[in-house]
Amino acid sequence: MLYRENGQFKTTYAADQQIFTIAQDKWFVLGVVAFAFLAVPMLADEYMFRAILIPFLILSLAALGVNLLVGYCGQITLGAGAFMAVGAYAAYNFLIRIDGMPLIGALLLGGLTSAGLGILFGIPSLRVRGLYLAVATLAAQFFCDWAFLRIKWFTNDSSSGSVSVSDLSVLGWVVDTPAEKYLFCLGFIVVFAMIAKNLTRATIGRQWMAIRDMDVAAEVIGIRPMYAKLSAFAVSSFFVGVAGALWGFVHLGSWEPAAFSVDRSFQLLFMVIIGGLGSILGSFVGAAFIVILPIFLNQFLPALGGLLGLHISTAAVSHAELIIFGSLIVFFLIVEPHGLARLWAIAKEKLRLWPFPH
Amino acid sequence: MSRKIGDVILDLQNISLRFGGVKALTDISFNIREHEVRAIIGPNGAGKSSMLNVINGVYHPQDGKIFYRGVERKKMEPHMAASTGIARTFQNIALFKGMSVLDNIMTGRTLKMKSNMLLQALWLGPAQKEEIAHRRKVEEIIDFLEIQHIRKTPVGRLPYGLQKRVDLGRALAMEPQILLLDEPMAGMNVEEKQDMCRFILDVNDQFGTTIVLIEHDMGVVMDISDRVVVLDYGKKIGDGLPDEVRSSPEVIKAYLGAGH
Ligand SMILES: Nc1ncnc2c1ncn2[C@@H]1O[C@H](COP(=O)(O)OP(=O)(O)OP(=O)(O)O)[C@@H](O)[C@H]1O
Ligand SMILES: [Mg+2]
Repeated sequence: MLYRENGQFKTTYAADQQIFTIAQDKWFVLGVVAFAFLAVPMLADEYMFRAILIPFLILSLAALGVNLLVGYCGQITLGAGAFMAVGAYAAYNFLIRIDGMPLIGALLLGGLTSAGLGILFGIPSLRVRGLYLAVATLAAQFFCDWAFLRIKWFTNDSSSGSVSVSDLSVLGWVVDTPAEKYLFCLGFIVVFAMIAKNLTRATIGRQWMAIRDMDVAAEVIGIRPMYAKLSAFAVSSFFVGVAGALWGFVHLGSWEPAAFSVDRSFQLLFMVIIGGLGSILGSFVGAAFIVILPIFLNQFLPALGGLLGLHISTAAVSHAELIIFGSLIVFFLIVEPHGLARLWAIAKEKLRLWPFPH
Repeated sequence: MSRKIGDVILDLQNISLRFGGVKALTDISFNIREHEVRAIIGPNGAGKSSMLNVINGVYHPQDGKIFYRGVERKKMEPHMAASTGIARTFQNIALFKGMSVLDNIMTGRTLKMKSNMLLQALWLGPAQKEEIAHRRKVEEIIDFLEIQHIRKTPVGRLPYGLQKRVDLGRALAMEPQILLLDEPMAGMNVEEKQDMCRFILDVNDQFGTTIVLIEHDMGVVMDISDRVVVLDYGKKIGDGLPDEVRSSPEVIKAYLGAGH
């Protein structure tokens, strides 16, 4: 069957408001999700889970959060790493300080704490934008770095500032092996991706985009900038906070404040720029790209050097990584602000018309 | 005409607006009656757009009072003006470029959509129902403006004339009491202008919406407006029926002086 909506008539508005209006898209995404749940656990080995799949899933979730704020609402943040840290440490404290706190409860409360702080650090967005807002969110980053290093209560008085979580379990299901951890994260990301999609197709999402595209006009039709912006900060920080908690609990197991440094904030921003601002899919693509590229280069460059009779050091590989990221970001910012996801959308559009170009 | 012009709905008294040293509006008073088509004309830089910005709360005049349905209005932010039923279109189209025609018009329904964020996040019954109910309303506007064929198109890709129409659609989606139109026909060809005139008159006629219209095309102004206010260099130099205004020596002088 050709890829197009022709012949797939929508007879109700409800049908037209489905997430995927083209049936093939729906089947494709359902297929990917089914594959991820059923086939991947059988195919992947431990290294794949630990080094690629779990970080990819968690960072996708964080990137999704950043994208809601930056891509959909047009704000900027250099503090995403801090909100991951808030999510992780808050979830940790809820878990150890409240008896019988279930794992998922702690993770979500971590996200909620992060959302609260997100609102607080989002307040400057009501007055300033662009560079000034970037600096304000950077302040969140430095504040959190400082707080988790110096205020011992947050780390339960551990001397090194490092904390750890063990024995993860949900309703009797022990999340222990890499495959189980992968499935646990996958469950989260599927639910959160649905939530992100729902929000962006509902009135709140339109309000965010309206503020992003033309804030004066948005206000004139009755959108309250304060509500739109702060809700974007809250939801975004919630996503990022939950991702941070997963990163600490599931991926790292034990961590210290340096795990959520400003480097992480920049990395998340790069993901959404490369993947595609204002695109759910783009968040995944960007995360995949940034997780996989270093691994790919580590394997590929020395091999390529070997062919040419050159020795390529690890340092050279990490330099190459930075150079590639840098140039891609410049490329996407200038040429295609909607990132890889946009290139995909263009390809789909071509396919929709194929084989008749007009 | 079937509609009946009602009482004064908006009364502007001694409005003055300055930007630093620039006097955009000086001591301007006029009123707008319910259900009428009120035109504001004047040469470039006369202060017409500033006047609309004062009415919907984008600019705050240094002096003067505004009475809305007989009640004095406090200093007001644009979204509050919107919630009292004032909508507008823009001289330089201000659509949401990254969104489709449908979504642009749907944003006009924001004030009327009440379901909370949690319901929206989970796309639960009430949120979904609300979305569909408002979609139905928006489809009526799309039909009314004859833009069915472009409803899913990103607005950035539309030609200028259609963008103006979408801008009108977004304002209409608010079901406003007063609709402020800032040069809705600028840059259009004759046919597009005729369509736009027809839409404006239909809105006025069918929904009883009060219209405040800025327009440079004198033919259009004389045809469709009930009363006209003339501004020049931020001052009011004429106010009355189209014929009276047209024959006023002061107005003629302002227009000839400005090279029209
Ligand atoms: N935000 C602003 N800041 C400074 N000056 C402004 C601002 N808005 C308007 N002005 C000034 O106020 C005066 C009136 O401008 P306005 O845009 O209201 O004129 P107009 O009658 O709409 O003109 P046009 O026919 O060109 O649209 C101009 O001198 C303009 O430069
Ligand atoms: Mg103007």
